Amino acid sequence: MYTQALNSRDDTPAAIRPAEELELEARFQARVDAEERIEANDWMPAAYRKTLVRQISQHAHSEIIGMLPEGNWITRAPSLRRKAALLAKVQDECGHGLYLYAAAETLGVSREELTEQLLTGRAKYSSIFNYPTMSWADIGAIGWLVDGAAIMNQIPLCRCSYGPYARAMIRVCKEESFHQRQGYEIMLTLCRGSEEQKAMAQDALNRWWWPCLMMFGPPDAASQHSDQSTKWKIKRFSNDELRQKFVDATVPQAQYLGLTLPDPDLRFVPDEDGDGTTGHWAYGEIDWDEFKQVIAGNGPCNRDRLAARNKAHAEGEWVREAAMAHAAKRRARQQAA
Amino acid sequence: MATNTIRVNESPLVLYCLRRADDALVMGHRLSEWCGRGPALEEEMALANMGLDLLGQARSLYTYAAEVEAAGNDEDRYAYLRDARQYRNLLLAEQPNGDFARTILRQFFYAAFADPYWRAMMKSSDPTLAAIAAKSEKESAYHLRHTAEWVIRLGDGTEESHRRAAEAVAHLWPYTGEMFEADAAEQELIAAGVVMDPASFRAEWDKTVSEILAEATLEKPAPGWMQKGGRTGLHSEHLGHMLAEMQVLQRTYPDATW
Amino acid sequence: MTKTVTPLWEVFIRSRNGLSHKHVGSLHAADATLALQAARDVYTRRGEGLSIWVVPSNAITASDPGEKGMMFEPAETKIYRHPTFYEVPNEVGHM
Repeated sequence: MYTQALNSRDDTPAAIRPAEELELEARFQARVDAEERIEANDWMPAAYRKTLVRQISQHAHSEIIGMLPEGNWITRAPSLRRKAALLAKVQDECGHGLYLYAAAETLGVSREELTEQLLTGRAKYSSIFNYPTMSWADIGAIGWLVDGAAIMNQIPLCRCSYGPYARAMIRVCKEESFHQRQGYEIMLTLCRGSEEQKAMAQDALNRWWWPCLMMFGPPDAASQHSDQSTKWKIKRFSNDELRQKFVDATVPQAQYLGLTLPDPDLRFVPDEDGDGTTGHWAYGEIDWDEFKQVIAGNGPCNRDRLAARNKAHAEGEWVREAAMAHAAKRRARQQAA
Repeated sequence: MATNTIRVNESPLVLYCLRRADDALVMGHRLSEWCGRGPALEEEMALANMGLDLLGQARSLYTYAAEVEAAGNDEDRYAYLRDARQYRNLLLAEQPNGDFARTILRQFFYAAFADPYWRAMMKSSDPTLAAIAAKSEKESAYHLRHTAEWVIRLGDGTEESHRRAAEAVAHLWPYTGEMFEADAAEQELIAAGVVMDPASFRAEWDKTVSEILAEATLEKPAPGWMQKGGRTGLHSEHLGHMLAEMQVLQRTYPDATW
Repeated sequence: MTKTVTPLWEVFIRSRNGLSHKHVGSLHAADATLALQAARDVYTRRGEGLSIWVVPSNAITASDPGEKGMMFEPAETKIYRHPTFYEVPNEVGHM
């Protein structure tokens, strides 16, 4: 679904690197600047590799953890049509996690290692999935808002300088095109329904709006890593740029639903160029303390999410072992024959 | 707030459709319970695909039942507004997922029946049922292939997987007989060439199951007492819990649109 | 905690329009049969394929990007291998 801008820089200062490496780096940067794609076997700076492994695996972890809040409602979906759509959507997220783990693996780290990083809590994933889905409207809100935010972030990633990541993102974006519509349709149906249903939709919007804005990561002023990622063409837009695009796209959608965004400071600022065609929705102060707490493991569901993945992994171990044991037996029989 | 449980006029054809639809829905629901819990991401994809196939089969069959009954019911009213006593699925279908072996064996036993059954049903004199069968047959064929491969790997894998698979076979075996039953209502349809006699698939089912269990080094249980009742709405205690969860929104907010 | 390491496979799919098999991604599976089924379940959910190949990732030998010059540049100067190198008068028509 979405990776959050959480990485911090850890590249070695240029001064202590040998001349040969600096030359390789210059050539690498020239290729990136020329919009060439970097492929798995190409030379790349160690810090580029490390940044990508972290970003792609965080993205993959987010997809996998992201299955849980929505999976929470598959068995309670209120119609068979909704049930099938939701199961297909959550299945897509599993697929997206899988594509992304595969993209990360091209950089020399195994699925098993990445999984272990997630399960031990060493790896991060998008903060949004640490909030609970309490009502059916949350499924609508997630599809509409969380997937909407994800699309904002993921479309530029289709042009990321690292080929395997960019290709995975193209596939993800193509498949995800129904996710946001699915969510919005749920919201629309609720908003056209009974008073109780409309209240359910408003309550979901109230709870998900601010965490969705946090999904884009810290404000540009506080973001440590954006410069380098931008130079490497991993990142094409800043956190604040993407957040603004999301707000601008979402406000009219909320108005159409007849819902109120839970931000008293939200107001339209007409375009300063005076051409009258565009403008922006200014939004209120985001509670970055809450964001930090959720990232640090103190969100409402952090523990539950990790516990659920750990349980699935532990309970699946004997199955994975059995498959490998059987494959070994077959090979042995073939060799004996 | 009035109770919103529906009443269904179960003509033989409506009853037939509901029985098959309930099988598919209940198993599809069970498979959807695996979401986020699978042993590997690849297998989560497979379980969800099977679940979606079964949900699709259920929806087609309910829709046809509604058309035949012509009493204003639809797929969702059948699924969400009937109580456990009105559900007509096999007891096998409602067996809880248990561990991966239990789920795989449950789906394998069913698919080993459903695959030849739907293939034969493509010749039904009822064109709607024949069309549903044509779609279901391909899906069931893959379910059989996939689950059979897993039965072999679990049975002939590690000591632990063999033990778990053997337990699953032993647990589920008494629920396999019900698949081959047909009551008077169904016999009527069989005589008319609308549906196939499930009993006529027993030999093929036996052969498939014997072959796969043998390859999996699992023992095939001796013929013995078989549980039944699902087809007439006499269920295990598991179904009620499943329906309570599945139907919660429709039951809490009667007549709402979702 | 993670004991079992499941091998990696590369997946190639021939799509509907009769093209050759194309690399679409990778997955993990214990053996070829499971890999093929997983490829079907993961990579053809929207009717993307008519045929699937799976290949163990470690069976692929790749060219060295460092030798790109030696491997591929010599071909770039052989322009006489392309039809546009030759002049045929317009009157002759399409050739």
